[in-house]
Amino acid sequence: MRGVCQTRVGNRRRLRRTLGRAARIVIKSAHQSVAVTRFRVTRLLPFFLMLAALAAPGAAGAVPVTVSGYAAAEVRFFPGDPADSAQKSGRLSPSLALQPEFRAEWNGGRDRALIRPFLRLDGDDAERTHADLREAYWLRDQGSWEVLTGLGRVFWGVTESRHLVDIVNQTDLVEHLDEEDKLGQPMVNLTLFQSFGAVSLFVLPGFRERTFPGRRARFRGALPIASDEPVFESPARRRRIDFAARWSNAFGAWDVGATLFHGTGREPRLVPSLDGGGAPVLVPHYDIISQAGLDIQYTRENWLWKLEALGRRGNGKRFAAMVAGFEYTLFGLFGPVDLSILAEYLRDGRGAAAPATSADDDLFGALRLTFNNASSTTALIGATVDRSSGGAVLRFEAQHRLSDTWSLGVEAWGFTGIPASDTALAGIRRDDFVQVRLQRSF
Amino acid sequence: MRRFLVLGVLALLGPLLLYSPAAPATESADKGVTIAYEADRRDAGFGDFAATVSMTLRNKAQSESRREMSIKVLEGGSGDDGDKSLIRFSKPGDIEGTTLLTHSRKIGNDDQWIFLPAVKRVKRISSTNRSGAFAGSEFAYEDLVNQEPDKYTYAWIRDEDLNDGPAFVVERVPVYDGSGYTRQVVWYDKAEYRIQRIEYYDRKNELLKTLNISGYEKYLGQHWRAREMVMVNHQTGKSTTLVWQDYKFATGLSEVDFNKNKLRNAR
Repeated sequence: MRGVCQTRVGNRRRLRRTLGRAARIVIKSAHQSVAVTRFRVTRLLPFFLMLAALAAPGAAGAVPVTVSGYAAAEVRFFPGDPADSAQKSGRLSPSLALQPEFRAEWNGGRDRALIRPFLRLDGDDAERTHADLREAYWLRDQGSWEVLTGLGRVFWGVTESRHLVDIVNQTDLVEHLDEEDKLGQPMVNLTLFQSFGAVSLFVLPGFRERTFPGRRARFRGALPIASDEPVFESPARRRRIDFAARWSNAFGAWDVGATLFHGTGREPRLVPSLDGGGAPVLVPHYDIISQAGLDIQYTRENWLWKLEALGRRGNGKRFAAMVAGFEYTLFGLFGPVDLSILAEYLRDGRGAAAPATSADDDLFGALRLTFNNASSTTALIGATVDRSSGGAVLRFEAQHRLSDTWSLGVEAWGFTGIPASDTALAGIRRDDFVQVRLQRSF
Repeated sequence: MRRFLVLGVLALLGPLLLYSPAAPATESADKGVTIAYEADRRDAGFGDFAATVSMTLRNKAQSESRREMSIKVLEGGSGDDGDKSLIRFSKPGDIEGTTLLTHSRKIGNDDQWIFLPAVKRVKRISSTNRSGAFAGSEFAYEDLVNQEPDKYTYAWIRDEDLNDGPAFVVERVPVYDGSGYTRQVVWYDKAEYRIQRIEYYDRKNELLKTLNISGYEKYLGQHWRAREMVMVNHQTGKSTTLVWQDYKFATGLSEVDFNKNKLRNAR
């Protein structure tokens, strides 16, 4: 009898200890995220004041604010141990994300404002627990010209396997290794709509550093990354003002864009060094670069032919890179289901003094099924293969809407045959994972 | 301009055709063409309009899913340019902000771009897939965007009463590539030349869908717009209802509002 009681008490104590630890983790995460938020918001304060000032006259007339967004729960499952024994070898890694969006317009839609904060709470990686303002801008639309002021997100390009010419926003790498997530970029962006196309000019005051997973987290580099001690070529460091420009137009079946960028490159070189305690780390070095880019798509019947190319100087020797390929869709393959075949060739001529890339001489192929059903179900399976090493990154992605508010996403990544000498991928070659994401939109 | 030219040619040739020993087929073709172009002429000059649409999809088991969208349309000018349209989804939440821009052509393939808000990407897409489902509904793209009169050949079949009024019944055959239909049968009311019903026949020439249009109201003293469109798929038992609201005409839209580089801030 006593024995049973003691066991129960013991269980309860263990339970209390476990709960206490969980609570501490949550508090710690929340604390860090608040610290991060405060840090970033402080730096962005001038933009907010400006937005507030501009919005004020509109607010007097009670501008309705539209709120939408999502909350998501994610779990990542890692079947294998990481490449470095110093990294956490946990199998399951949960996280939560929240992204509301507030929109308002006044002057009959001529003035528009949008604020889109983002928050991630990660169960394992304190670096991935972070907040950001993805967008927070005021747009004045005068018809033939428009000015966007604040934190913006700009996408340039046409290809699927790599977004080569897309450079305005910094990658929020800690979010996902697919590099699709970007940090909000401070900008003043004037766009002129002319008969010869749209010309968009950007002044980019303020540099955002790339985010990296923590010392013990998955998807880290081959060594821990000392993301707190970056080295800048520019003496102005994060306060350098960068410039960018884009011209784009559509000529019948052709969509053409040409871009220029001059400023601190968004890709850092990761330079081996020693930290304060004498342990080996990788230090991000940000060079000043000049880059010219070109993106072309030719759309004819079932074919999309795509090309992105760039020339860059500033990362060591000047170099060129390109991605070229096609997307061919078999519409109504069975019933309403479409099958797309994607193939791209990636080539990058950068030297050893430039930020490492895995896309030096690679082939990408994928199949995408679009179900065209009420649930908007899609599935993609693909691979990027390095032509010299034979190493491959395999990828599966599927999305399905469960109801008008809930949706489900499943993703799986695999790495095979990647040599330890591959500087870009060696650190993540044991991080095969499956991710399940449940999202509620509001 | 082109539609006026065609009308002009018809006006000139009409009497000649009447004097010739008219084969019934030619006669019914002429009458069909005349009805279709008259319907088009009566709505010409609308300039631009905007509306909100709620779309309800029902499957065989009557379970529903909903979409909300706003639509803007700019009337085509002279030459080959057809209407331009912007369709922005606000519901369901996971596709909120997704916007489809179409530059339709009177003949030949349309130009289409889609804006994907999650990655802020504007992507040119193939418009070949005219028979594909629009947003998973029973409406195909061609049911919504390819309404230029030159895209069909016509034949008047008969007159009959529909919804308590006399109507022309006209068969039309798509002449563009990639249609999912061998033919469509269209009911125009005689009073105002408004489309009241369309039956769609699939590639095997079997009845696939019926669209019933109701709740017409007149705007700017001339332009009739429907409130409700119900598409029933007879082969799957699924249906889609479109409810159109908040029609606004002369909203001041211009070409530049339909520029692909404006998609990232579409509203």
